[in-house]
Amino acid sequence: MSAPTTAAWPTPPKKRRMGDLLFAGATRTAASIILVALAGVAIFLTVEGLPGLTAPPERMGGEATFLAYVWPLVFGTLLAAFIALLIATPLSIGVALVISHYSPRRLAKPIGYLVDLLAAVPSVVYGLWGIAFVGPALVPVYRWLEENLGFLPFFSGPASGTGRTILTAGIVLAIMALPIITAICREIFAQTPTLHQEAALALGATRFEMVRMAVIPYSKSGIVSAVMLGLGRALGETMAVALVLSATRIVTWDVIASTSPSTIAANIVLGFPEATGLGVNVLIATGLVLFVITFAVNFTARLIVARSEKGLVR
Amino acid sequence: MAKSIDVSDLDIYYGDFKAVEDVTMTIPARSVTAFIGPSGCGKSTLLRSLNRMHEVIPGARVEGKVVIGGQSLYDADVDPVEVRRQVGMVFQRPNPFPTMSIYGNVLAGNRLNSRRMKRSEADDIVERALRGANLWTEVKDRLTKPGAGLSGGQQQRLCIARAIAVEPQVLLMDEPCSALDPISTSAIEDLIHELKSEYTIVIVTHNMQQAARVSEDTAFFNLAGAGLPGRLVEMDSTKKIFSVPEDPSTEAYISGRFG
Repeated sequence: MSAPTTAAWPTPPKKRRMGDLLFAGATRTAASIILVALAGVAIFLTVEGLPGLTAPPERMGGEATFLAYVWPLVFGTLLAAFIALLIATPLSIGVALVISHYSPRRLAKPIGYLVDLLAAVPSVVYGLWGIAFVGPALVPVYRWLEENLGFLPFFSGPASGTGRTILTAGIVLAIMALPIITAICREIFAQTPTLHQEAALALGATRFEMVRMAVIPYSKSGIVSAVMLGLGRALGETMAVALVLSATRIVTWDVIASTSPSTIAANIVLGFPEATGLGVNVLIATGLVLFVITFAVNFTARLIVARSEKGLVR
Repeated sequence: MAKSIDVSDLDIYYGDFKAVEDVTMTIPARSVTAFIGPSGCGKSTLLRSLNRMHEVIPGARVEGKVVIGGQSLYDADVDPVEVRRQVGMVFQRPNPFPTMSIYGNVLAGNRLNSRRMKRSEADDIVERALRGANLWTEVKDRLTKPGAGLSGGQQQRLCIARAIAVEPQVLLMDEPCSALDPISTSAIEDLIHELKSEYTIVIVTHNMQQAARVSEDTAFFNLAGAGLPGRLVEMDSTKKIFSVPEDPSTEAYISGRFG
């Protein structure tokens, strides 16, 4: 554009459009509400939890310090979540690959819906399912594990007669974490550029080799994010674990014994109705610990993702 | 190891839509054959049917015969994976694997055969393929760097190196220069000249000067009409097609008086 034309067309005065203003305001409000809510939870947990840290032993199940009280719960929480992810991650990736790359399109849609439906089942139902079906069904398996793999510390037994063990809880949690991990992995796998997939196929890759060569490397960071969201679900899940576990606050690697470590969330829901005074503060303090763990896990995951994404040009 | 390709009565479909109709042609070994024609006339579709990449698209299928070196590609007992190991392909846009190094990219096809390779053997293959693709001097000091860090032209030559590292019998190129600048294009064209002594090369191009420069034979494709399948109008030596084509529509297309 030449100079005279510019002079002839001065820039019109800036007009604030009503729609833009409204939309910007609405989105900004939504974003700030999230921050306010998160800050509110953090402040509440800290203020209400601090007195619990120095509560007398009789309020903390006879433990002398808060650390001694919360450590078995932290252990149980992490163990249950770890078992859940150990099962859910490969299963979810497999299901997601079936949906995105293996099954014919007519079948992929319904399978996807069914998996999504798993997320809609209330957690208390999973708990009941765990007690009434999964637990009893696994009793013979636990017996077998004790007899044949009893030399491993995980299966040293004695095997639970009801099947209400931390392994059962982990399996139920795995089923609960499965839909979210699958849904995210599926989306990410479907986004793999056709160009890279065709590059692999044209070199004579089988479908599995194509997945290994083009799809998985491309999706690595997404898979980590998906697993972390699943972990979030497993860490915070309350009802299913509270129902399945007959909880004792112990630290043991034995995942098939009838006395198993409890989790923070389950301990809160089981203890809260009877708690009074400082006891409530103690429970809230454990909640603060869970909050910090979740935060730390998420932060670590982001760090891993950021590092693995370096050098990956998209 | 280069082999000729015989296509007879080939129809190619996307679902119910017939994209290419009744193609019969012979592509000679150790020479370059160019496919030219307007967009949507089925050149790329036909090219992709020569290594069974066509059927990767859901609903796509072919009817008819493609024979490479005596082996019919679409026989019931032929594994498409085996076909693709014999017939290499270079795509329109350079597509090195983003997570692999230059070294890893070149070896990607060889590693698929999941044969254990000695380090020295692998080094040899990488050097030979990169030299073959005229890329060796440019990248030999940074073989462990990611392939995606190269320029577009270098990436495309890396893709050619990856394709020839497995020593295929035929090399298919689907508009290999359309995303490249003139200097990179000329580098690829030089490369095609060198490669034809060892490989049967089929190249799809929209650039008629390019077809005239690199190919021995040229096949002109055209649509029978809007919504109708593409068909082979004529195929002859490049010299003849570009000077005295038999069909008037060929002449109209190459002289730019098309449509």
